[in-house]
Amino acid sequence: MPAYTLKLRRYDPESGQSAYWQEFNVELAPERSVLDGILQARNDQDGSIGIRCSCQAAICGSCGVRINGKSRLACNTKIGEAAERAEKMGRDAIVVEPMGNMPVIKDLIVDMDAVHWKKVQRVVPWLLPEGDPPEREYIVPAESMIDITQSMACIHCGVCVSACLSMEVDPEFVGPAALAKAYRFVGDPRDAHEEERLRDLAEDEHGIYDCTHCFACVEVCPKDVAPMNQIMRLRRRATGDYGIKDDNNGYGHEKAFVDLIERYGTLHESQLLPRSYGQGSLVRSQLDPHSVKQLITAFPTVVNGLKSGKVAPKAALWHNKLPDQSQVRRIYNEVHSHGERIELNMYIVGESGGEEEGAMAEGSQEA
Amino acid sequence: MSIKVAYWPGCVSRGFTPELHGSMAAVAPKLDIELIQLDRANCCGAGVIAEHNQELVDSLNARTFALAQGVEGAVGMMNICSTCQGAQSECQERLDADTAYRQHINEHLEPEGLAYEKNSAWWNKNFLWLLVEDIGIDALRERVVRPLTGLRVAPFYGCYIVRPQSRLGYDERPERDLYLEQVIEAIGATPVDYAGKHKCCGFPLITMNRTTSLRQAGRHIADAIDADADCMVTPCPLCHLNLDLQQPDAAKYVERDLGLPVLHFPQLVGLALGIEPKELGMNKHVVKTGDVQRKIAELAAA
Repeated sequence: MPAYTLKLRRYDPESGQSAYWQEFNVELAPERSVLDGILQARNDQDGSIGIRCSCQAAICGSCGVRINGKSRLACNTKIGEAAERAEKMGRDAIVVEPMGNMPVIKDLIVDMDAVHWKKVQRVVPWLLPEGDPPEREYIVPAESMIDITQSMACIHCGVCVSACLSMEVDPEFVGPAALAKAYRFVGDPRDAHEEERLRDLAEDEHGIYDCTHCFACVEVCPKDVAPMNQIMRLRRRATGDYGIKDDNNGYGHEKAFVDLIERYGTLHESQLLPRSYGQGSLVRSQLDPHSVKQLITAFPTVVNGLKSGKVAPKAALWHNKLPDQSQVRRIYNEVHSHGERIELNMYIVGESGGEEEGAMAEGSQEA
Repeated sequence: MSIKVAYWPGCVSRGFTPELHGSMAAVAPKLDIELIQLDRANCCGAGVIAEHNQELVDSLNARTFALAQGVEGAVGMMNICSTCQGAQSECQERLDADTAYRQHINEHLEPEGLAYEKNSAWWNKNFLWLLVEDIGIDALRERVVRPLTGLRVAPFYGCYIVRPQSRLGYDERPERDLYLEQVIEAIGATPVDYAGKHKCCGFPLITMNRTTSLRQAGRHIADAIDADADCMVTPCPLCHLNLDLQQPDAAKYVERDLGLPVLHFPQLVGLALGIEPKELGMNKHVVKTGDVQRKIAELAAA
């Protein structure tokens, strides 16, 4: 039977001792899980190892940890593969730590109440329908639920919260799990408070516009919820469907970027910042006190850019259009004028499985 | 043997980081890469157009792919920006996944006679991937004329080139998130291990939450400094903007002195291939690269 070394991060607040590393040697087949390895160490060597687990089949979401630095379910990670990865990183042990962004209760157990559940509560995670309830259940057409099935797959394991790189520097960020949950209700046709929900999360300086678009949550989610994609769907609805002009420049940045590419084909960088601060408008960026204040904050950076010779004044002010810019404009016009939101939902189609015709039309057209 | 590629330099390498585009042009002939630049291609959308409208971003990138596929004799398409890589790979994944969707997107390209064709042999790769996979670490090692022995380099990948792995070809190439270290070793330098190498530079947040954005950048630079790095290297010009252009401001947000030179990936390779620092645009950084240049000169003299 192959042998593996697990290096566990231990911490017991009641002992008064600071956290420390401890190694355990275990023997099990490579296709068994890291959780199996931890449980073997606990059962045979040290009964005080703290780990939370239940189903051991990636259903309950209890055993989130970090393995070789990556947030994972321990039951869903093969020990042989974890050992190979550790070796490639130049380490002789599989490193297992508690999840990040949450306080540790003991060893590998973190306080989900203090962070994850609090943030989920923040987004009002229940249906808010309007009018009298129907006599029996609410009935909705199946196709209207397709868009939110992905966010419904969440098992609240907190692995995405652990991996979130925005939350790492801004603990107040509402975060991937809670925002994916928010989309589950924003996208639900039975909910009557879509606009209020969106406005609330767009105006919050730690809301949808505090996501740094790093794909960390997409990468680690054991259920393929792709929380960041749900955050982008929230943004799409906030700006595109409701035109919510938030104070975080979320609306302004999207409008500025999209408009500049329509005009020039490539990015006119020196206009991006002022336009973003001015809700997409250059004029507004110079008249609105809030925008001007932000421009002043960014001013030293501009000076540094000019001083270093990186940015030539002429290049900063003048930006050439693409030779075939009329093609880009025509594409913009075609897409914006047909009045439909056509999306390919990869969660439904799969990575390469949707080759039969019609998957797009059936699966993912949003009204 | 030379490699001919359809070359997409991106927007930022011709805007606020012109030294990146210039250094790639200087490095390519040394590695026998023939660059056929896609002058008519458009911005990849950088995740922002995807956030606005998926059909639009997929059409714009399908247009770029179609232009690249039309370059005769090119084995594939090459970019020099992690963000372009990620944004374009996302569109390619959707275009490849569904015939009806691809046909619909191609209708937007039809008036100019363009079409993106699904072809498992066709690829779009960042220069980092091309260098390791198609030129090879051994071939690179043979061409090094100025080994950077003793130079301690902190790798910084950029999110879009490391996540999500399933979309970015890691199933076939599981070591893509170790390539920077492999190249750093091959040119004689020492890779520095620190917490931030696969994390986010904060750039996408710079207009929306400056504090979070610059705390991210500042923290990674500080970690690299604490791990005794002489410089940092990145294959992403957007990361470079936050890590270099914004570094003086980032220092305020993490409340400590910084001052770590940040090189573009082709600049680092170019130094080892014997190209002069000035030709690589190393005088065009906000955090001065003088210490790195001095260290390399001392190494050469020793």
